[in-house]
Amino acid sequence: MPYSAGVPRVAPTMDERVTSIEAVEGGLSEVGYIPSRQIATAVYLAHRLQKPILVEGPAGVGKTELAKSIASWLELPLIRMQCYEGLDEAKALYEWKYGKQLLYTQILRDKIGEVLGDTPTLESALAKLHDFGDLFFSAEFLEPRPLLRALQTTAGAVLLVDEVDKSDQEFEAFLLEILSDYQVTIPELGRIAAEVPPVVILTSNNMRDLGDALKRRCLHLHIGFPDAKLESRIIASRVPEADESLRRQLVAFVQSLRGLDLKKAPSVSETIDWARVLVLLHAGVLNTELVRDTLNVLLKFEADVETAGRQLGELTGKARREAGLPE
Amino acid sequence: MNTVHPVEPLRRFFEAARGAGVRISPAESIDAVRAVEVVGFADRAVLRDTLGLVLAKTPEEKAAFGECFDLYFQRETFDADEPLTPDDEPGASMPGQGGGDGEGNGGGGLSRMLLDNDQAGLAASMEEAGEAAGVQNIRFFTQKNLYARRVLDRMGLRAVEREITDLRREAELGRARRLERGVAALRDQARDYMERTLLLFARGENEEFREELLKSTRLSNLDRRDYDRMRVLVRAIAKKLAARYAKPRKRRLRGKLDIRRTMRRNMGWGGIPIITVWKERRIEKPRVVVLCDVSGSVAAMAQFLLMFLYALNEALADIRSFAFAGSLIEVSDILESEAIEGAIAKVLGIIGFGSSNYGNSLRDFEEGWMGIVDRKSTVIILGDARGNRTEARVDILQRISDRAKRVIWLNPEYRTSWGTGDSDMFRYAPHCQMVRVCNTLRDLERVVTDLLEMTR
Repeated sequence: MPYSAGVPRVAPTMDERVTSIEAVEGGLSEVGYIPSRQIATAVYLAHRLQKPILVEGPAGVGKTELAKSIASWLELPLIRMQCYEGLDEAKALYEWKYGKQLLYTQILRDKIGEVLGDTPTLESALAKLHDFGDLFFSAEFLEPRPLLRALQTTAGAVLLVDEVDKSDQEFEAFLLEILSDYQVTIPELGRIAAEVPPVVILTSNNMRDLGDALKRRCLHLHIGFPDAKLESRIIASRVPEADESLRRQLVAFVQSLRGLDLKKAPSVSETIDWARVLVLLHAGVLNTELVRDTLNVLLKFEADVETAGRQLGELTGKARREAGLPE
Repeated sequence: MNTVHPVEPLRRFFEAARGAGVRISPAESIDAVRAVEVVGFADRAVLRDTLGLVLAKTPEEKAAFGECFDLYFQRETFDADEPLTPDDEPGASMPGQGGGDGEGNGGGGLSRMLLDNDQAGLAASMEEAGEAAGVQNIRFFTQKNLYARRVLDRMGLRAVEREITDLRREAELGRARRLERGVAALRDQARDYMERTLLLFARGENEEFREELLKSTRLSNLDRRDYDRMRVLVRAIAKKLAARYAKPRKRRLRGKLDIRRTMRRNMGWGGIPIITVWKERRIEKPRVVVLCDVSGSVAAMAQFLLMFLYALNEALADIRSFAFAGSLIEVSDILESEAIEGAIAKVLGIIGFGSSNYGNSLRDFEEGWMGIVDRKSTVIILGDARGNRTEARVDILQRISDRAKRVIWLNPEYRTSWGTGDSDMFRYAPHCQMVRVCNTLRDLERVVTDLLEMTR
């Protein structure tokens, strides 16, 4: 919970951890996220310039994972806000605790005699009631939603605004104030500014084009499919049970699979899943049979499975060759 | 750390990047400078990543940015692949570094650098000479050699040439040959340098300039070689218009209760208005009928009018298109089903290039399609109103005008030539709500914008 983060911490602070691009690379690798140089640069800059990162790229390349890994590396709470059509302020920022307000009104009604008992005139009674009126719209009755929670934490937080492209344009506009100044305005309470600006990560799948205003305020990070070397490192970190030879084969296979004309090319997450499957099956060497049986882990469309199926022999042969095995 | 203030080279880079099609706002350039202050210039790859993160915001921009970055920062260094000395200059990749020792004006400095194969010094010296010669003002391909010559002169090439002659006279052939080889390489490098500069500083401007020009050139004056570019422009305009008008077609009228529908909606609760229904205004989609003249007299225009018609067809949902010369046919299906080149060629093949007969065409329209014109439709006629002295049949246009919401006539001719010769423009004009000159892309865009605004 964000409120528990107020306890003094002995762990190094964010400034002490995010000292250089290399530090980011090392830190993220420690928690199991192998970043490309560009990703590390983005995280470093985001901290130094206090800017949100807008991450775009195909599904499954680790956009959401990046936010989670930053949170666990920096030991900050991760506050996640999943966007969807129709998301509004009440769900994203704050809401009044209507139930509690109602309950208090009931209690107050019972006590109203005691409170107003000795007031001589109507005016003074009203004045007294006004004091109570303000009470109902105080922080006490405020139900903070993700965005407000992220601003209220005293030790910092990682705010993940997931799939921002799925939200409405109005909501996107509403985000602008938070993203540029790390503050929001609540009509009844005034402006709430973050003590410690949270690390903000926005992700987008390009469902629709985001507005220029939003893009301008963010660092724009495009994560594509990793190259063979990086992917191999990712697999080594995520599925350590897979031995080197298998890893090289499966990465080579997936890499060449991405070169085919597919509806949905396999992502890193699919490669990881596949590596796990192969480990479970105690596979050491890729062969056509094995790949055919497990291909649906990698490819999610029937048409794609068919396309790849026609060239399986060739692809597995190539993968074995690249891993230094006999065909 | 780096003592060179980063703003100046960055500013010039922004200029080049803008030219390459990366949109960089002032705010973003400030961010970029701040970011570079954080990471420094030392590592080229980091610099590239950093600027890419801050400046380029779409995959297309990222690609353009990458290309531009490589081009720009390649300028600052020479390839050390010369055969004279094999060792690389370690500092060659640092922009601004070594600028002091390349005192470029003396021939002695230059010949020493050539003999030592001091690539870093040569690069710095060339950069300096380029600056002095104002190479960033290069705009046209033809200026390349001129500027290369100027740069070399400023570097002190004449003195080196004299030195070579002297050396030959003194029979120091080995030294002379080495210098000559150096000069030849330097010439190539200067030419390369100018080519890169041209790409960097002139490409964007050229494109922009060309597009601006195309937008305001009379369509009939356009060259065939501009067709491709034109098509892209037409597409872009049509797409812009379509995007702008694809917004919701209903607007809720705040605060006006629709009593009838509220009652109906709340029947289930005995008419107690639990759910309120507000009145809303429906915004009609423009229903457009376009008649396009493709006869010989407007042949040069017809290509583009059809192109635009095609684009409109994609942009608007409810549009019927007709083409006419001696007679009139409906072309909606052709535009709908075929790719743009094929569609235009097909339409022109069927009906194009004849002599126009407006009376005949209007009669064809009345007989065949008068039914589709109702009080919601807008009729647009694209043509010069020159019917080769055939009967004008103004009465038909009047009947169309009576039925339609409005009739708009777009004439490619200037107003001064309306009514001259066989032009019936002034006879048709009273029955049109709007008559406009329309002979450039910009005119077309404006007219269509007006049209869409009106129908809102």
